[in-house]
Amino acid sequence: MLDRATPETEAQPTDAPRPVEFRGAGFAPGGSRYSGWVALALVIAIWQLAGSAGWVNPLFLPAPSAIAVAIYKLATSGALWQHLSWSIMRIGSGWFIGTIAGVIVGFAIGLSTMARGVGITFISALFPIPKIALLPLLILWLGIGEEPKIATIALGVFFSTAISVYSGVDAVPRNLIRMAQSFNVPFHAIVRRVIWPGALPSILAGFRITASVALLLVVSAEMIGAQYGIGAFVLQAGNLMQTDQLLAGVVILSLFGLAVGKLINLLEARLLHWR
Amino acid sequence: MDLIADHISHRFGALDVLDDVSFTVRAGEVVAIVGPSGCGKSTLLQILGGLLRPGKGAAELRGAAPAGSLNPLTFVFQDFALLPWNTVEENVAFPLLHTGLSAGERAAVIDDALRRTGLTDFASAYPKQLSGGMRQRVGIARALAVRPAILLMDEPLSALDSQTRELLMEDFVRLLADGTMGAVYVTHNLEEAVRLADRVLVLSRRPGRIREIVTIPMTRAERGAADARGQLAELQGELWSLIRKEAIDAEREVQHA
Repeated sequence: MLDRATPETEAQPTDAPRPVEFRGAGFAPGGSRYSGWVALALVIAIWQLAGSAGWVNPLFLPAPSAIAVAIYKLATSGALWQHLSWSIMRIGSGWFIGTIAGVIVGFAIGLSTMARGVGITFISALFPIPKIALLPLLILWLGIGEEPKIATIALGVFFSTAISVYSGVDAVPRNLIRMAQSFNVPFHAIVRRVIWPGALPSILAGFRITASVALLLVVSAEMIGAQYGIGAFVLQAGNLMQTDQLLAGVVILSLFGLAVGKLINLLEARLLHWR
Repeated sequence: MDLIADHISHRFGALDVLDDVSFTVRAGEVVAIVGPSGCGKSTLLQILGGLLRPGKGAAELRGAAPAGSLNPLTFVFQDFALLPWNTVEENVAFPLLHTGLSAGERAAVIDDALRRTGLTDFASAYPKQLSGGMRQRVGIARALAVRPAILLMDEPLSALDSQTRELLMEDFVRLLADGTMGAVYVTHNLEEAVRLADRVLVLSRRPGRIREIVTIPMTRAERGAADARGQLAELQGELWSLIRKEAIDAEREVQHA
């Protein structure tokens, strides 16, 4: 059909101003301060309702109030602190040893050609091994005490730390290093004043990962061979079908993880305020 | 103190970048280096400043550094190269920390450098809080703090808008006015070259060779006068005629690469 002129009576006014259609919405998610807490409260409320109304068997999923009571009893009896203090000691020692070693090796790989050649080969080969699989071997080497558990955590933390440190060193803008060299700044000062602060965002991001790795490994190690510790407590509760206690342990682990995350947030806010 | 490029050649892998470049920057002289993209201007500057070892030839210094100079060859970078975790004052202090100056002497030098670049009120600001022009002023203040004999400037204004460029160009003219400090000024901008340089060194397309050295026949102070504009524009046209064909060839070469 040929183009046809629109009858004059139906003509649209083309010269009248009309708003430009807005097309820039979306793709900019913003954070809401309370929505997360509201959603969490809602889920807990529904869970509580399901428990109180008898919709769910408390043996399989105790109500939040029962878990809170279990936590309260654990706290007042002193058992919570006993288990928690063992876990914190193991995590703290393992994380500290693994982090120190990882930072040293990571910097060596980031700064030295020889260390890079050797270090990356070893890290690539050993990093994928689930570290908990080494616990029996470490028990053979180090005995049945705390050492193998701490060593397992340290190993898990070491590899992630070393990787995040040398990635961070690699990511320091080369122009900053050249700038420092152009002013004849000595090597140690370039490392301290340019490379260390430049790599710090990546190192702190690594801390976040290693904190989770340490938590995962401490629970696993305690489940395999420990009398005290949150992992051991959760396993014992499961064996005795004490699901309120089991979930109390899980909640404590979650709170511990949150506290560590908060601590890293504080560190980031303090050390990376310039970003 | 003179800076000498002595038969410098350089290649990156199979790519010849510079071929037998020789010239001398005399004490207090400003030499601009212009040429088509990829002709090796920045590479030459890095070799002159000791940040890159040349394949052949050498960069040499002749004569004593001026009294009190802490770093005779000092760079001003295109991307400013400021430490983002340091304040303006700390950035200016950075090259002084290992020079043996006492804290009092350091503070005096920093105050002077900040004052000369108009940054005194911004001493405690972080780079992210500053505009591009102010960041480059920090780069200049940091360079001035070590009292250089020769400034090595790698397109220091190319990341800035035209108004800021104009303001900083005025700053450069003022800082270089007394002739105590020389400069090698790498730029794409021919207007900057004729405004600032005593001589303009024109490089050919890659591998960069010296094609021509054009002397600007007036002092920097004279170039500010209104009647000098015509002559400067003529010089600019002359430089452009030297570069134009090679710039076109270089651009095509880059696109085909």
